[in-house]
Amino acid sequence: MIKYQPVIGLEVHVELKTDSKMFCACSADHFAKKPNTQVCPVCLGLPGALPVPNEKAIEWTQKLGAALGCKLAIDSQFDRKHYFYPDLPKGYQISQYQHPLAEGGKFQSVNITRVHLEEDTGKLMHQKVGDKNVSLIDFNRSGVPLVEIVTDPDFSSASGAKSFARDLQQTVRHLGVSDADMEKGSMRLEANISVGDKSQATSDKLPNYKVELKNINSFRFMEAAINYEIERQEKVLENGESLIQETRGYDEKTKITKPQRTKEEAQDYRYFPEPDIPPLSFSNTQLEKVKSGVSELPQGKRESLVAEHKIPEMYAAVLTRTEELSDYFSEAVKIGDKHGLVAKKIADFLVNKKTDIKKVSPEGLVKMIKGDGEKSSLSDKHLEKAVEDVVGKNKGAVADYKAGKEVALKFLVGQVMAKTKGQANPRKVQDLLSKKLNE
Amino acid sequence: MIFKGNLTINKLRDGFLKKEFSVREVVDQLISRIEKYDGGINSFLTKTSDEARKKADGVDKKIANSGEDVFRESPLLGIPIAHKDLFLTKGVKTTAASKVLENYTPQYSATVVDKFANAGAITLGKLNCDAWGHGASGENSDFKATKNPWNKDYVPGGSSSGSAAAVASGFAAATTGTDTGGSTRFPASFCGVVGLKPTYGRVSRYGVVAMASSMDSMGHLTQTVEDSALVLSVTAGHDEHDATSISAPVPDYKKDLESGVKGLKIGLPKEYFNKGIDEDVITNVRTAVRTLEEQGAKVEEVSLPHTEYVIPAYYIVMSSEVSSNLARYDGIRYGQGRGAFTNEARRRIMLGTHSLSSGYKDKYYGQAEGVRTLIRQDFEKALGKVDVLLAPVSPTPPFKFGERTDDPLKMYLSDILTAAVNLAQLPGLTVPCGFTKNNLPLGFQLIGKALDEATLFRVGHAYQEATDWHTKRPKL
Repeated sequence: MIKYQPVIGLEVHVELKTDSKMFCACSADHFAKKPNTQVCPVCLGLPGALPVPNEKAIEWTQKLGAALGCKLAIDSQFDRKHYFYPDLPKGYQISQYQHPLAEGGKFQSVNITRVHLEEDTGKLMHQKVGDKNVSLIDFNRSGVPLVEIVTDPDFSSASGAKSFARDLQQTVRHLGVSDADMEKGSMRLEANISVGDKSQATSDKLPNYKVELKNINSFRFMEAAINYEIERQEKVLENGESLIQETRGYDEKTKITKPQRTKEEAQDYRYFPEPDIPPLSFSNTQLEKVKSGVSELPQGKRESLVAEHKIPEMYAAVLTRTEELSDYFSEAVKIGDKHGLVAKKIADFLVNKKTDIKKVSPEGLVKMIKGDGEKSSLSDKHLEKAVEDVVGKNKGAVADYKAGKEVALKFLVGQVMAKTKGQANPRKVQDLLSKKLNE
Repeated sequence: MIFKGNLTINKLRDGFLKKEFSVREVVDQLISRIEKYDGGINSFLTKTSDEARKKADGVDKKIANSGEDVFRESPLLGIPIAHKDLFLTKGVKTTAASKVLENYTPQYSATVVDKFANAGAITLGKLNCDAWGHGASGENSDFKATKNPWNKDYVPGGSSSGSAAAVASGFAAATTGTDTGGSTRFPASFCGVVGLKPTYGRVSRYGVVAMASSMDSMGHLTQTVEDSALVLSVTAGHDEHDATSISAPVPDYKKDLESGVKGLKIGLPKEYFNKGIDEDVITNVRTAVRTLEEQGAKVEEVSLPHTEYVIPAYYIVMSSEVSSNLARYDGIRYGQGRGAFTNEARRRIMLGTHSLSSGYKDKYYGQAEGVRTLIRQDFEKALGKVDVLLAPVSPTPPFKFGERTDDPLKMYLSDILTAAVNLAQLPGLTVPCGFTKNNLPLGFQLIGKALDEATLFRVGHAYQEATDWHTKRPKL
């Protein structure tokens, strides 16, 4: 008999990929950039500097909130959250406390507590300079817009939390507001875990402690860490001991969680309304516009693609990765229909041939597939060989092209087409040729 | 001696135009004056004499080449000014008069500093103040106390102590000040000069060391109301770097300057003429009121019923924001640890931290914000009946050094007549209106509707047309 009931909630941070940072004009694209090259008085927190909020980041947070079924706030505001840490240059983080941009949603049958917008911190780098161990601060990340999504403690298993996080990642990417890349840190997971005694617990009562799990940088580790933690907590209770409120980190090597700091006394962040930024106020029309800008979410779309076009679930998952790709597919299916091409064939081609949809139009794609079906397909290797041969044999035309005669290129394309018996895509041939000739 | 008499912007410009003196000559004269007398007054922390001379030569060349037209493009062309040391000046040390920033040289300039420079003004240096703007007497400077040029045993008022003393001493035609609870109006009154606190958001706060962000106003000090209006036309306006700056267009402050006060309604808030206020102060201000009445103004009594809650509300809101704004000086940058904060800043950090702490926040910060709303409504009501309010600036005449330093609460009460204007984010203007028996300056303040600085200038100018207090200068 199962005696214990795990109670799990998630806190997910997502870095928005806006052009500029949350409160200044510095580039928000900070990954692998030279330290402290994307900074200004505002994100360095210099004396006298003032934050000016990024409208795009606000709109994207609302968009994400709407996609997660939240109610968008008419009145919202930023607050200051105070704590001292070397990567926090102002001694406070501009965040949202009392009036987040979005609240009370539901996503994948999990209740979303809130979605709020804040600024990311700088990054500490511990390294050796000369023979001294030092800590250096890189402020490139300081002030990058960061969205925090908090769920109610609705999960009862690690696998449930994992599948939610995966779907959330897909949704964020689908909306085009973040890369949500766990390795690069643009998506970060934290789980709150406690275990309740089933025999004692009345239906709604939560355990009187929770363990905050940090340092999780993949979905797999999250699942492992939660499972480890559930087991650990159950053992403690089994031994008749009680659990404490604390923050623990997951160690990927030893596959165990270790205490980071106890939270017996909750940290006092001394929140108060950010006086440098006037309160935000939105009209219903504005909010409706944001909501209508959120198209069907990947999860729903995935299901409807399978049902409508009879394509395998796996294909549907790939085709709904981005809005751009799923729109492209729909367009191609429409055109394909007129040419007697079934959706599955298009899906098959898009998924397996890894077509670059930026280079080939949906019409082009349909033509390619039709051609493909009738003729044997031409491998890249064959085509490259053909291009090489033509360039080798037509020295005169090559020289003309290099001298600036564009017509010569057309001639060479014709030669390649002839050599491949018309199987090649002339655009691709032209690309390959000009690349080759400009080497 | 090339330039004689009072150092006003209008007089300087006239002289430049008539070629009575060059900009370089004026700048040289002021630099020697500062060298000669500021040792006894301590208004400057940093002097930028070499740069000032260079810039003066450049301006003279410009005038020689392009003639009078350049004055139209640059309303402050060749005017010698100085900045309170809270205003960031790129490449020039900016200390906030605190040991914490003793060696800080900013990488950028405040918007206001840039605006002065673009208008052609010449900066002579950086001015002393109470550290971080915390104080009413100037005694809290971590470096040296500024003295009142009228009598060096007396304080010049704070926190813009150096700014007021420098204008009174004829070291500069205009200086910048900040006003969070009276810091521009109060020292202006003690030094007998004109001090403007603009409407919150009218002038950009970008690049000025923050004290209490919801109240900080970037003001200035001058010898005349007319000059004050001219300077505001340069500093006012929306700034894309300050989200709280107001986008309403900047009016022509000159337009109604000469219109006089005939028919204007002036309200006297009765709580500002209470028993607690020094009798000489009240008598003096009432005399000024009569002068305006003689000019045709209508005077009536109004009430600001929540005045008794101003000091507690102000000190809670202010210290809460101070504790937050000073958190960035955490010892990692700027070369000094938090141990370098001196007593007054420490006191405010502790008060503010406490007021925002969980369990206390509702009782203190929350309650104070509630009171703030009531105070704002008081002003809305009173200013719904009259065009402008008139009141004393300081509850007492200038006091001596050390008189209030042992009792912080006594010092805090200096703000009793000025801080409400900051809580309500309204404009205020100090106008000199006479002297005590000991020949120490006194002043009154005008309080206007939001963004209605023009009416303050109009009333203040009318008063100065009818009196000559503003032309009196101390003997250094």
